[in-house]
Amino acid sequence: MAKPLLEFTDRGIYCEKGEFYIDPWKPVDDAVITHAHADHAYWGHKHYLAHHLSREVLLYRLGDINLRTIEYGEKIIKHGVQISMFPAGHVIGSAQIRVEYKGEVWVISGDYKTEDDGISTPFEPVKCHHFISECTFGMPVYSWKPQAQIFADVNNWWRTNLHNGVATILVGYSLGKAQRILQNLDLDNGKVYTHGVIENTNEALRRNGVILNPTERITSETSKEEVRNGLILAPPSSVGTPWMRKFHPYSFGYCSGWMALRGAKRRRAADRGFIMSDHADWGGLINAIEATGCEKVYLTHGYTASFARYLNEIGFDAHEVHTLYGGEEEDSTVTEGEEKAETAPSGDEVVEDPK
Amino acid sequence: MKAFAQLFLSLDETNKTNEKVKVLKDYFIKVPDTDKMHMLALFTGRRPKRPINSTLIRTYAIEASNIPAWLFEESYHVVGDLAETMSLLMPENPNSSSKTLTEWIAEINQQGAKTEEERKLWLMESWAMLDRQERFVFNKLLTGSFRVGVSQNLVIKALADITGIDAPTLTHRIMGGWMPENYTYDQLIQEQNAADNISRPYPFFLAYPIQETSEKRKNAEEISAALGAADEWQAEWKWDGIRAQMIKRSGQIFIWSRGEDLATEKFPELHPFLNALPDGTVLDGEILSFQNGSPMAFSVLQTRIGRKNLSKKILTDSPVAVITYDCLEYKGEDIRYKTQAERRVILERLQQQTEFPEIFRISTLINFNNWQELETIREQSRAMIAEGIMLKRKSATYQVGRRRGDWWKWKIDPLSVDAVMIYAQKGHGRRADLYTDYTFAVWDGDKLVPFAKAYSGLTDQEINKVDYFIKRNTLEKFGPVRTVKPELVFEIGFEGINKSTRHKSGIALRFPRILRWRHDKPKEEADTLESLKDLLNE
Repeated sequence: MAKPLLEFTDRGIYCEKGEFYIDPWKPVDDAVITHAHADHAYWGHKHYLAHHLSREVLLYRLGDINLRTIEYGEKIIKHGVQISMFPAGHVIGSAQIRVEYKGEVWVISGDYKTEDDGISTPFEPVKCHHFISECTFGMPVYSWKPQAQIFADVNNWWRTNLHNGVATILVGYSLGKAQRILQNLDLDNGKVYTHGVIENTNEALRRNGVILNPTERITSETSKEEVRNGLILAPPSSVGTPWMRKFHPYSFGYCSGWMALRGAKRRRAADRGFIMSDHADWGGLINAIEATGCEKVYLTHGYTASFARYLNEIGFDAHEVHTLYGGEEEDSTVTEGEEKAETAPSGDEVVEDPK
Repeated sequence: MKAFAQLFLSLDETNKTNEKVKVLKDYFIKVPDTDKMHMLALFTGRRPKRPINSTLIRTYAIEASNIPAWLFEESYHVVGDLAETMSLLMPENPNSSSKTLTEWIAEINQQGAKTEEERKLWLMESWAMLDRQERFVFNKLLTGSFRVGVSQNLVIKALADITGIDAPTLTHRIMGGWMPENYTYDQLIQEQNAADNISRPYPFFLAYPIQETSEKRKNAEEISAALGAADEWQAEWKWDGIRAQMIKRSGQIFIWSRGEDLATEKFPELHPFLNALPDGTVLDGEILSFQNGSPMAFSVLQTRIGRKNLSKKILTDSPVAVITYDCLEYKGEDIRYKTQAERRVILERLQQQTEFPEIFRISTLINFNNWQELETIREQSRAMIAEGIMLKRKSATYQVGRRRGDWWKWKIDPLSVDAVMIYAQKGHGRRADLYTDYTFAVWDGDKLVPFAKAYSGLTDQEINKVDYFIKRNTLEKFGPVRTVKPELVFEIGFEGINKSTRHKSGIALRFPRILRWRHDKPKEEADTLESLKDLLNE
């Protein structure tokens, strides 16, 4: 039997014909990157290929890398294998990778969500024979509400805090969630202040031509009274640090899909959990997989075992594969996961201590 | 029900005590009095009856969710709470119920008399009538377990603010065996005295540990610095039995356990002495199994706790007596305001008059001149079948609940053993979807034999690390249980050890918990079953 076009190796997803890897986690010559989150874009490859809108964030996070970027729909041929990118709707610049050779089509989803978040290019289903999908939230208990509804709650909560004279701290990952929140806040309420890690990412995106709402970086000079009249956007790594405590009194909200479960929310000890994810929910995953019309589906990370079993029961040919993305079932507590990114290369990312 | 569902949601939406109290007050003000009493009952552990068994509820929920049964079970392991799982899996609907909490509970209670078909129909219709949050609290009512992250103290505080009645009084008034059907809000807030409800116990006074954890051992100097002069204190053994309050009023007797369970019928040995007490007497003490005048280990008592019927054999094998240590009511008067020393005199007098001194015992005071001496005496705790020492300030009143200052427990250090983790299971509640429940093993030759389960003792950070390890080092899965590569070693602490025929290892531990993660120990250096069994004879 002929070798499949793509294989799952201990370095990442590999295309032997085209001699390239997709989101490899060990150093390789040619890496095609779905998006800039740390569990997909590792340091140390010789050549990187990614979407235009990932450019500045990748350079900011990985330093001086050899990077080529392309547009959605643009085609590249490598050793006769055609590579192209399609929007994944996960974060700005996130792409599904389409690989075609002699009429056989594979699509690697990377991370994706099916709802239009108003800032990332919306997810687009791509027809294929083989679909490699994530399933971070591949359990039926995860079902997202439309984001308009969630942001109405967020904005109301912000107003209540202003009324009560306490600071508002909203926590979300620095690439993706932070910008999604920023673009959907009701800025009539006040100004948005950002933690350094988030502002660095914002600046990278602005360099990339992305137009974001105005923000102000919090520095040691920023006064506690001033930010109380606005809203503070902070990354998960800042929770419980002196940096966060100096804004006392505050109400602290957490934006994440994990907030869907009371236990997970209680574990993070947030005052408010807003159920908002950059990953597809159960229904979104099934619709996305159906829309590809694929013959086979491979599940890379999330609740892979149960989701594969369910897909097989409803008539798909689904398989679990082992990768180091996000986490499997498994990393549920650290996925959406750039915790590693927060401590990555450039030294200016340190959490600022007031003193 | 809307208000009750909102109460849950609002309590979930804050971590701050003051805000929780405010939310509780808002609820009390908004709802009818009967709802107040139902809420109070639920939040103080008085569950409504469960007319539909939870297996059936599950079956119907699977049907309503339209997913395979296995996926429902998997979801439950992810969520860690049955009521929540059911509410998340059922399709959303736009409805919302205007029935009150009282009306819903009445409906639930009526189901007892219905046929299985009728119950199912009622349940399906009810679910369809409720929105997600209402459905969640409704499921909570059906399946029991009302742990909401709000202590009884907070509820009392809110109620005290609203009624103007002080918290200790309210705490006392909600003690005992009332149900919302027979105790009204008006009765609760009216002036009352002890005699209004002859069965009602007083709130227990509970001691704080003087050593926060077994690792933070305190020596005599530190105790002296914390508590002052030794002669201001009385010391007693800390008995390891069932804390109980015994009441004799208007010719009737009642025995209450700490969990506010009426346990009168469980201890017939105590009836003769209680009946002989003067009316208007309330005693506080510890019920223990005794043999030939000496207390037995808790495990002996344990064998009869769960039994519905006490056979002759049980009564002969593990007869109980009570070691009393306080008197809360005397001649019909609430004497909790008197000092420890004064109450002790009354207790001694009562005990001297009894015709049943073998059953109605009194906790002997330990003679000691200074803290060094007491520290030495404490070393004998295990030999005394005691858990350590109780310290009570001679001038202390009998207070409500766990209070710092006048009562302290100075427990003995736990026994400990180094063991290897071999199985893991996901936790519940805030530990849902994380592997937090572990089974530990020790060496028996070249085999690892499981001997204890433990859930607590690690920090959240350590739990995350262990969880990460388990997910990457699973050898086999049996339903929710994973067999883990034996590698991680932990020091397990426990209060006692007994022979057991029900466990493979042949032993059972009392209160096993994780003391620390032994990063420094390879699995080969974990302890052996033999060394554990040696402890049996000590």
